[in-house]
Amino acid sequence: MAALNLTINGDRLETAAPDHWTLLEVLRYRLGLTGSKQGCDKGDCGACTVLLDGQPVLACLTLAGLAQGRAVTTIEGLMPAHAREGKSGADPVQDAFDRCGALQCGFCQPGMILSARALLNANAHPTRAQIRAALAGNLCRCTGYTQIVEAVEYAVAVAAGVEPAPRAWETPRARLTDIEEQGTRRPSGQARP
Amino acid sequence: MLRLPAFALERPRTLRAALELLAENGQSAMVVAGGTDLLPNLKHELFDPKLLVSLAEIDELRGLCASAEGGLEIGAMTPLADVATSELARTRAPALAQACGLVAGPQLRTMGTLGGNVLLDTRCQWYNQTYFWRSALGFCLKKDGSACHVVAGGKKCVAAASNDSAPALMSLGAVLHFESASGAREVAIDEFFTGDGIQNKKIAPGEILTCVRIPPMPAGHRGAYGKLRDRGSIDFPLLGVAVRLDCSSKDVVENADLVLTALAAQPKRVKRASETLAGTKLGTPAFDEAAEKVAELAYQQCRPLANIPGDANWRHEMVPVWVRRTLAAAATEPNVTT
Repeated sequence: MAALNLTINGDRLETAAPDHWTLLEVLRYRLGLTGSKQGCDKGDCGACTVLLDGQPVLACLTLAGLAQGRAVTTIEGLMPAHAREGKSGADPVQDAFDRCGALQCGFCQPGMILSARALLNANAHPTRAQIRAALAGNLCRCTGYTQIVEAVEYAVAVAAGVEPAPRAWETPRARLTDIEEQGTRRPSGQARP
Repeated sequence: MLRLPAFALERPRTLRAALELLAENGQSAMVVAGGTDLLPNLKHELFDPKLLVSLAEIDELRGLCASAEGGLEIGAMTPLADVATSELARTRAPALAQACGLVAGPQLRTMGTLGGNVLLDTRCQWYNQTYFWRSALGFCLKKDGSACHVVAGGKKCVAAASNDSAPALMSLGAVLHFESASGAREVAIDEFFTGDGIQNKKIAPGEILTCVRIPPMPAGHRGAYGKLRDRGSIDFPLLGVAVRLDCSSKDVVENADLVLTALAAQPKRVKRASETLAGTKLGTPAFDEAAEKVAELAYQQCRPLANIPGDANWRHEMVPVWVRRTLAAAATEPNVTT
């Protein structure tokens, strides 16, 4: 058992855990911060993503002892950080995920939101390709990627003060054209070759 | 839920302190860099260290800079993401920057280090599994057992080298710098890997990889790295192809090198690639014809095994495809060093 001095969501916390405990285990089973999810537990799924000094990392592969002296941000910390800036409501990325229905079961959502938050902190106007690349380490097993990418684009638009683009379910016809233009779908009306 | 076995953790702040810890604790200690491969392996009970010595807090091992001769010096603890996005690495060693940018996913590239990737344990679908899973099969040659499930009756472990950085560094003629309590040594990466899947690296206990040195590339150097995998992210390579093309000022190939990985325990250099490509001018039918011949050479020289996921025959058929693609990518990359 070793004493751990951690800075989590801006709070300095002192706790203790054996050397072989991961940051994820300390967050969930010592500190009760169960927002970071325990998925594959071996670095494949991204459900345990937290920010370490602002960079997304996997808490299941970070030894708790090595998180000392670094700023840890979990999903629980986004709304208080937003409030500390004098703003009301949820973090804009959380709000966008809500408005865009970017979830089904919700298990991947904390990791997705933190990866997106880190991207937007570094780049306020990412392209769709950059959003997809930044979220490439987070798996959604409900296959909700379309809405997730849209949610990040929605948050980008809101932050820039421009009208967000219509969401997929609002204009199904327009989206179909979009997909046809990308060449991933046979144009409608065209016979099967 | 996968738990880590119990061990003690040390976080030395200097290389000297880390080397002393390793010397004191002998075989019971292991070094952890980014931990992105070691920790899953520990969770799978593939190693049983009493002590983990983390290099994370040793600042002197981190950083990427131009060497005095015009090459690159990269500290072993430099994150893969930093190598992938470094302008210096992208211009002086494009194949390495591309390879580092294709390792796993964004979080793992932030955590994982170049040194850790160079020293990555070999992988096999019968080895990288939980103790429970492995015990059901009676284990394997690499860990706890005496039979190989890849090659029936095989007596030599054929777990696959799966580090994307290694073939790129081999194509660039990199040199690895090691330190130990008793001194320092340098070894060319070409001499570093062996064909033994159980331990495919010539590294002595107590040694720490501190720095990777890349010699200066000639003007007209181009490079690329191509990676076959099921998904566009997260996965280890099912095949990796590193290409080096050194061209004249008129874009005529003078020297070439191709190194393939994820086949067996060590990356494999394609024989006769340089003489086949030499003398051809990029963007001409002669180059495309030579590239086709090199793809055929690679197909003949490579024999993927059922050691990693993906049908071995399909991976074999993909060898010429990815050799062609990666050669084309290197040929069309802007010539960044001139």
